[in-house]
Parts: sequence; structure tokens; C-alpha cells
Amino acid sequence: MTTAPITSTLPTATPPASGSSGGPAAWARGAWRTLRRSRRLTIGFAIITAFVLVAAFGPLLSGNPDAFSQDLSQPPSGAHWLGTTQTGQDVFAQLIASTRGSLVVGAAAALLATAVSIVIGIGGGFLGGWADEALSLISNVFLVIPGLPLVIVIASYVKGSSTLATIGVIALTSWAASARVLRAQTLSLRSRDYVQAARLYGERRWRIVLVEILPNEVAIIVSQFIFAVIFAILTQAGLAFLGLDDPSAMTWGNMLYFAQNAEALSGGSWWWFVPPGLCIAVFGAALSLISFGLDEVLDPRLRVHRPRSGRRTRTKGTAR
Amino acid sequence: MTALEVRDLVVEYAQSRGKPFRAVEKLSFTLEAGRTLALVGESGSGKSSVLKALSRLVTPAGGQILLGGRDKVPAKEYRRAVQMVFQDPFASLNPSHSVDHHLRRPLLATGRARRGTEADTAVAELLRQVNLTPAADVARKRPHELSGGQRQRVAIARALAPAPDVLLADEPVSMLDVSIRLEILNLLDDLKRQRDLALLYVTHDLATARHFSSDIMVMYRGQVVERGPSDEVILNPKHPYTQLLAAAAPRTGATRAEVRAARQVRAAARSARDAERRETVVGDGCRFRPRCPFAMDVCATRPPEAALGGGHRVLCWLQSEGKAAA
Repeated sequence: MTTAPITSTLPTATPPASGSSGGPAAWARGAWRTLRRSRRLTIGFAIITAFVLVAAFGPLLSGNPDAFSQDLSQPPSGAHWLGTTQTGQDVFAQLIASTRGSLVVGAAAALLATAVSIVIGIGGGFLGGWADEALSLISNVFLVIPGLPLVIVIASYVKGSSTLATIGVIALTSWAASARVLRAQTLSLRSRDYVQAARLYGERRWRIVLVEILPNEVAIIVSQFIFAVIFAILTQAGLAFLGLDDPSAMTWGNMLYFAQNAEALSGGSWWWFVPPGLCIAVFGAALSLISFGLDEVLDPRLRVHRPRSGRRTRTKGTAR
Repeated sequence: MTALEVRDLVVEYAQSRGKPFRAVEKLSFTLEAGRTLALVGESGSGKSSVLKALSRLVTPAGGQILLGGRDKVPAKEYRRAVQMVFQDPFASLNPSHSVDHHLRRPLLATGRARRGTEADTAVAELLRQVNLTPAADVARKRPHELSGGQRQRVAIARALAPAPDVLLADEPVSMLDVSIRLEILNLLDDLKRQRDLALLYVTHDLATARHFSSDIMVMYRGQVVERGPSDEVILNPKHPYTQLLAAAAPRTGATRAEVRAARQVRAAARSARDAERRETVVGDGCRFRPRCPFAMDVCATRPPEAALGGGHRVLCWLQSEGKAAA
């Protein structure tokens, strides 16, 4: 009688880890168990962790990505693991440096977009009245503006200024959809009994928003952040490929841009354009895996019940 | 001592077109410290609107709510003095916070305890008062780890944390298992006695209303149609609506004939309700007229309040005409 109604009414809210014993060690153990519950989550986290480690420490270990050498357009070899570019730069060193650049742009733009959507979505939903009307109008306007053309227009306007401008442009065009979702969720949460109860004992409004409402939206916010990172990295790659990003910044998109300009595709230098393209695809897939995995873990109804392969073979073996 | 006095309370809700909908019509009553007043009536009779107005979640369209004899008490003082237990214990606790948080916040927000050990002991004391022990274990738990009855105890403890004078209980046991209803009601009754609380008990259940409250008000369509000492109202109902309610309450140990009769009463009530839906405009007269088995011509005008002695009062023409019909 106890748990079933709770999970059915509030699928996003109840954390799966048992909260019976405190302490950071217990928390870490709970998080680890949660991670292992879904194979998608485990694989996604493993890939993302690898990317983050490469971005953090890779540039310290690999060579200077801008250094020129006499080996022009060489295929992969022992000296150059991923070959060289037309001007003799090491593709592997460039890929490592670009990983850091792309991840920074993706994470920063997604953080900014999520922060804006939280303020506008939850603020409007909770305040109601004319404030909600105004904030809804703003997000609707940003929602109907076609995204990529706007990005291109703004990016060409602030062209070449810096990575910060790219981050700002991407954040500006990607917050609106999540703001609407958060507004709807806040509208539903603010009339819940526990929020009414907090009003009854005279809790301050900012506390009601931050302490009573926000924690119940964390699952939504996390999944929106994940998709915002994917969107930001793809948009950045698109902008760079079109030549609208700061060309001195090392990103996967810029690598593709230079490869395209040097006619790497027609020249058959596959080692130049395949690695950055593959990185974008794998990184996006890993983030999607995390998002789906989190859904699976947080919402028991989405969990796929498949018997473990090891156990299944064992039972087969005994039957024979 | 009068803890809360309500005079001519009117609650209205804005409608998308036309006049606002009047959910509560000029309601007056008092809540006495250490006594329980039951508010009974069917769904849509305005019980919840009364509670929302008393808890200041909606602003009344008219009338006065006097706390300790004073009108327009400042919000901070009122928030401390009037608390509420919600109907659904599965919705009234925040799933992302521990039991400790639910009790600590009202203590701190109303200034009943200071941060640190003082709040710790106050939380433990509250949990002990609602019989949730061991307090330290329960305080660490999240709502989803508790049963419905335990959750409702936490909700009661939260309502008690600001040390209120008035406790509003919105059908506190209707969502609970039958086996624990009595425990929760007894708990409320004990707490009322210990803390000298004025309790407003809103319910559908006439049996518990009679058992746990000293007085009963019967609401129909925003008006109190009958009020008085609980035994009087339940055992000797004068208003046709109260009679209908009392007849609708199921009884164990009823004979076959009684069950059959009860079923006929229910069928009649249902057809009457359907007829009432067709005839929505009642005008100025008695609001129960379309469903009333004793409806007369005079019922088209507003019925007077007839006093039957002992505080038993009825809003019905039947009782005002020289008690001939009674």
C-alpha cells in the first residue's frame, strides 16, 4: 500500500537510493548502485567520463596541436597516431585539444541555457499573473524564431569575437523549450498540498520556490541539461563548419571546417575528418544513453525487464 | 473561550463569464478552545471553501474572521495560530524532503524554536506526541518510506509545530485504511484535549462526526441548513437534508428489508439529484427544494432559521410553522 501510489503519482520525485543512512560514503554507494541498475546509464557514464578525462588531462600529455612538421597529409602511423593534416599538424593532438574546446562550449552553453530556463520557467509559473504572461510571451517568441538562421545571423554579427560569444549565442537560442516545460511543471506543483502547507506556516516565497518546488523538478532539469549539451555541441559544430566560429579556437567543428577547406574529403584524407565527426556522434549518443538510463532508473514503469544473460544460459544449461 | 469567530463569511470564485460563483453564503459560527465542531455535507457543499478561507488560502468576498476576538490579524500571527491537516497524506508531504525537514521548517519559520539543538529536541518531542517512535529513526525517513497512517501523523505533527490555537482538519481520515482511522481520530482528540485546541473537523462521515465532536453543522450548497449538539442533530435530525444524510449512512447489522429500503432511498436521491441538475436555478428560496420530499409552495421564499432549543437550529419552513410538521 505504501510505495506503489507514491511512485505512480510522482514518478520523477522519489530518489531511488535509500535515504535511511546518511554520510557521503553511503551516498556514493547508493549512487553507484543506481548507476549499475541500468546498462544504458553505465555505458553512457563510462563514455562521458572518458571524454571528460581526455578533455581535462589530454592536452597535458599530447603534443602541441599547432606545431607544424615536414610530414604533410600522412596517413596514421606510429609517429602520428591519427596521421597529419595538409600543413603537417598532428591530427591526434588536434583532436585532444578540440575535445576540450567542444566540451567547454557545450557545457557552458548548456549551463547558461538551463539557468535562464529555470529562472524564466519556474519564476513565471510560480508568480502567475502578469509576470507569467510577460515571461511566457518572451519564451514563446524565442520558441517560434527559427533557431539556426537566428544563430547564423547573430554569429555573423559578432563574428570572430570569441568563444564566449559562441556560448552566448547558443544559450540564447536554446532555453525557451525547457522554460515552457518547467513552467508547466511548476504550475502543477505550486498547487500541491505540501506547497499549500508551507504557505500555511508562513514560509517565505523564495524558500517555497527553492526548497519545496525546485527539488521536485531536478529530474526534469537534469534531462534538459543533457539535451542542451548535445544541442550546444551540434550547433557549435554547425556554426564552425559554416565558418561562423572563431577559427583560432580548437573544436571538433573547426577541425571539420579546415578539413573541408583543405578538400580532405575529395583527397581521401579520411583520418582528418572521420575522428572529429565520430567524436561528435559518440558523445551525443552517450549523453542520450544517460538520459534514457536516468528515465529508466527514476521511473520504474519504463524499466525493461529482461533476464540477465548469464543467468539465462545457466538455467538452459541445467535443463539440458 | 472563543478561539475563532466567523461572521457572515462569503466565499466567491470568479467564473469565466457571468457572476462569480458563490460557494459559501453568509456563514457564521464560532470555534471554542478544547471543543470540536464538525462540518458535514456532500461534495460541493462548500466545506473546502470554508477551510480555504479560514486558512487564508483564498480571500473571502465578505464577512469577518476574528481570531481571539480581533479582526484582520497580521499574517504572521494568523499563520502561527491557525493550522491545517490536509485530506490526502500522500500529497501533503513533500517527496523530496525528510520527515525532519517537514517538522523543523514550521518550527523555525514561526519562531517556535531556534536553529540547532533546540529545534532538534522540538522535532523529537513532536514526533513523540504523535506516537512516531523511535523519533530519530522516523525523522530521517522520506515520506515514501512511511505508511498512510504514519504520513498522516507526520502531517498532524507539522500542523502542531507552530503551537496553533485552531486546527482545521480536512477529512483527515478519508484517505486512510479503515483499520487506522480510529487511531488517527483518537490522536486528534487527545491532542485537542492536551493542547486546548479548537478543532474544526470536516467530514463526510456522520458516525465519527457524532462521536468526536460536540457540535455539528450540516452544510448544503454553501449554507448551513442545520446545526446543534451532535447527538441532537444526528439522532433527531429535523432538516430533510440531514434526514437524507443520516439515512444514507450504511449500518452494519441491517436486515434485508432495511437494506432494500435504503437502496430505494438511494435510488430516489439519485433521481432527485438528476432532476436538480436539470433545474439549476433555485432563486431565492430554499436551496434544497428540488430534492426535498416535503417541498411546499412556501419553499420558493427564503426559509427562516428556526430555533428548537438547546442550540439546535434548522433552516427550514417545516420547523417554523408551529412545529406541526415535526
